[in-house]
Amino acid sequence: MASSGVKIRVENASRVFLGGAVTALDRITLDIFENEIACIVGPSGCGKTTLLRCLDGLVPLSGGTIKIDGKPVVGPPSNVAVVFQHFGLFPWKTVYANTAYGVKLAGLPEPEIAVRVTRTLKLVGLEGFEKAYPYQLSGGMQQRVGLARALATDPDVLLMDEPFAALDAQTREILQEETLRILEEEQKTIVFITHSIDEALLLGDRVIVLTARPGRVKDILPVPFPRPRKLGTIRADPAFGELRARLWDLLRQEIR
Amino acid sequence: MPDGALELKDQQTVQLAAARLRRRQRGKDSAIRIGAVATILVLWEIVGRVVNPLLFASPSRIVSAAVYVVGSGELWKYMSVSLKVFAIGVSLGTLVGIIVGIAMARFRLLDLSLEPFTIALYSTPAVALVPLLVVWFGTGDKAKSVVIFFFALFPILINTYQGVKNVDPRLLEVSRSFRSTERALWFDVIIPASLPFIVAGLRLGIGRALVGMVIADLYTAVSGIGYLIVKYAQLIQMDRQFVPVVILSLLGVTLVQTLRWLEIKVAPWQQHGRDE
Repeated sequence: MASSGVKIRVENASRVFLGGAVTALDRITLDIFENEIACIVGPSGCGKTTLLRCLDGLVPLSGGTIKIDGKPVVGPPSNVAVVFQHFGLFPWKTVYANTAYGVKLAGLPEPEIAVRVTRTLKLVGLEGFEKAYPYQLSGGMQQRVGLARALATDPDVLLMDEPFAALDAQTREILQEETLRILEEEQKTIVFITHSIDEALLLGDRVIVLTARPGRVKDILPVPFPRPRKLGTIRADPAFGELRARLWDLLRQEIR
Repeated sequence: MPDGALELKDQQTVQLAAARLRRRQRGKDSAIRIGAVATILVLWEIVGRVVNPLLFASPSRIVSAAVYVVGSGELWKYMSVSLKVFAIGVSLGTLVGIIVGIAMARFRLLDLSLEPFTIALYSTPAVALVPLLVVWFGTGDKAKSVVIFFFALFPILINTYQGVKNVDPRLLEVSRSFRSTERALWFDVIIPASLPFIVAGLRLGIGRALVGMVIADLYTAVSGIGYLIVKYAQLIQMDRQFVPVVILSLLGVTLVQTLRWLEIKVAPWQQHGRDE
């Protein structure tokens, strides 16, 4: 792929904790291309979430660089938004206010905020819930708000940190379908962290496999399924089974 | 949205059913409470009529005494004096408690250097400080306000501190991720998150301040509602002596319940979690 298509360039990125006692990420080199969905899988504790937090500049690197659009990341960039595993909604804010949170901080004028919030809430299927509070919503709906809040800022890059891991299996499936639909409408570069092989294959253009700690890039698999995708047809595809088996093999070597 | 609509409808049904159950349970609970109070009042009345009136008073005698003490304006005359210093002491305690609590939670230097003092003073029974405060501030309204201030201060300060310290670090990270300024962080996250703690502190502080109010009346220049109690005790007017006591108890219950209600109001999501 042409280098102009690279959105995020990770070079020799390392992150150590406790003064070097724990290495979470070990010299990771990785390109994320414009408008692709890159799914990152790896055994638990491999530093997937650390990598995502480094991509958002929430945690500084111990070595190496991360560049987005050629600019080094120091602190959270304005064109990046995160969807958190724990949803990260403010319980004292309504769905509307939660969704408006990022755009408001970006300093957009009030009418523009209203337009964006209304649009994204409609996009995630939460029209009519503007005045509800997060505690009045189910987990699935709460994460829809989390997604709406991120999308409302109209980021180039969306970082999703195991966004559906806290949900039950059926809700997760519905939200995966929804995410496919939404991401076909919104062209974004997406880094999607997951521990689910199926989820990575259903959503991703590429699956990046990390090793157990210290996290390194073990392998990168392209996912050939055409878009728009349907979960049912992909699962029925024999290539899905093969990729699934290969990914399992790669991961099994890491889980001991 | 198919799952959204379904989830909401289910949730509403469940919530309605739960609310019905809670109401029924609450009705039963209130009936028991009212029954218990009525029983005690009846027993009290029976005992009160038998015991020497110089030593005890029945509820009916207290009520008629109250008609006199309130009607003659005597109660309000003394009560207003106490309530004035109470208001001053509690307001100062709230103000200082919230400001110092926030400052300690925010600045590490203040936290570490003030912590030994706040812990020591919070653990010291505030009554023990009263003679000292009298030496420093005299026996007038100023001294009384300071006593009440001391009684109210520490629960408010410590709760505020805890509230700010206990803000979910994950929400702080969300704020950082969306590039919040420090100022916005306080208004969007830290203050709303610690508000329930602050109100709880206020409730505890006000409970203690009421104790402080009576103690201040008794230990400094004897005046206010404390004086009224002492006066009737010395005149051996048991029925009248009970009046300010009952009034204080009603005042305490009213203030504490109001703050409990406020606690739920400022953080309905916490109540929600408890109900389930």
